[in-house]
Amino acid sequence: MNIESTSAVVAEKISMANDEIKAKVKRFILGTVRKPDLRDDEDVFALGFVNSLFAMQLVMFVEKEFHIHVENEDLEIDNFKSVNAIANLVERKT
Amino acid sequence: MIIKLTDQQEKAQAGFKNFVDMEVVPIADAYEREERVCPDLIKKLAGHGYLGAVLPSEYGGGAMSMVTCGVLHEEVGRGCSSLRSLLTVHGMVSLAILRWGSQAQRAHWLPLLARGDALAAFALTEPNAGSDSQKIATRARRVGDSYALDGRKKWITFGQIADVFLVFAQCEGKATAFLVEKNCPGLTIKPIHGMLGVRASMLAELVFEDCRVPRVNLIGREGTGVSYVAAAALDFGRYTVACGCVGIGQASLEASLEYAAQRRQFDAYLKDHQLIRQMLTGMVTNVKAARLLCQHAGYLKDQGAPEAIMETSIAKYFASKMATRAASDAVQIHGANGCSSEYPVQRYLRDAKVMEIIEGSTQIQEITIAQYSYQEFGA
Repeated sequence: MNIESTSAVVAEKISMANDEIKAKVKRFILGTVRKPDLRDDEDVFALGFVNSLFAMQLVMFVEKEFHIHVENEDLEIDNFKSVNAIANLVERKT
Repeated sequence: MIIKLTDQQEKAQAGFKNFVDMEVVPIADAYEREERVCPDLIKKLAGHGYLGAVLPSEYGGGAMSMVTCGVLHEEVGRGCSSLRSLLTVHGMVSLAILRWGSQAQRAHWLPLLARGDALAAFALTEPNAGSDSQKIATRARRVGDSYALDGRKKWITFGQIADVFLVFAQCEGKATAFLVEKNCPGLTIKPIHGMLGVRASMLAELVFEDCRVPRVNLIGREGTGVSYVAAAALDFGRYTVACGCVGIGQASLEASLEYAAQRRQFDAYLKDHQLIRQMLTGMVTNVKAARLLCQHAGYLKDQGAPEAIMETSIAKYFASKMATRAASDAVQIHGANGCSSEYPVQRYLRDAKVMEIIEGSTQIQEITIAQYSYQEFGA
């Protein structure tokens, strides 16, 4: 196995992990946001489906599901507004 | 599936029960009439480690699980809802600092709060912002290395004696949380008296006039005040209020059983009258149901499960309504005696009514829980 193919395998693993994170995040959000065609880049807070408790539920979800600790500096709405944003946060923290 | 406290939790419960029966029940009616909790009792509460119950041991806390913490609040609530309110607000602020405070804030405040060397209070509500907490009008302006706070907070539980407040204000239109010490220049604390219930919870109104708070006292970040800092604290508040309501229900039941066994009317003890049995049956059943909801919510909290938030709302909704009903029936069973200050059931009723208003009123819970059910079932 040469270096190039090793890199490709690693890249594939990362990519798969990212897809898996997105799938889990999306499944959780769709439990609250009834929008089956939710896009990964769509702002869930702007859709008007969620109440004030949802922000905290999202934090609890990502902490429990991905074994990360959300800290003060992570509390940007941009980190939680979409499936993509949350997946990116999880990747940065793991 | 086993729905039962562990041996360790039962042992802890026995300790809480003993404390409440020895130190709280004998004096609760008397100090409630004086509208204050005596400092000695607070010292005893601290001495038993109850004020720092939920904080990690590294800060001197009891590292108590949420289930055990719920049992503590039930037992203290059985004795006195005002005292339980102190545990609630002190715990809310302690957990907010633990969750969203900086390392320096945690290192400074948490050991003090765990030991009870400092008491904390939660200052969100305002004269014109109750259930609609996003509409708080208190303002925070950045001034050099400080924030200048202007506004009013009202109905602040234990505001009369708290050493530090977790205060929420709008900072450039974004709800933000600050720690404000009681002697901060520009803060005036005005006691509130003559409330219907939890009369010993030493309510205060806080007036901020160009009150300068150092920048390092910010909790979380600008804009995270309500959505994250208050949300986490209020979740603990709802949980402990719910558990306290189970205590009110239990106290109402025990008082009613005792009274019905010694009071005779129509040549029979009250306990032998069918309509009294009906009320007692309602109490027994509803207290047990509320306790199970609380334990379920506590278990989910210990798991870090996101659904714990809504299950806590459901527990609070049911338990607070249950407490009002149980205490009302207890007064009914006691008749004229129940309306007098010679029996504690009138206090339970007054306290229970307050529980339906604080930490999310019954109506707010009805809106939230219905919305949750629509999401759950895709309606």
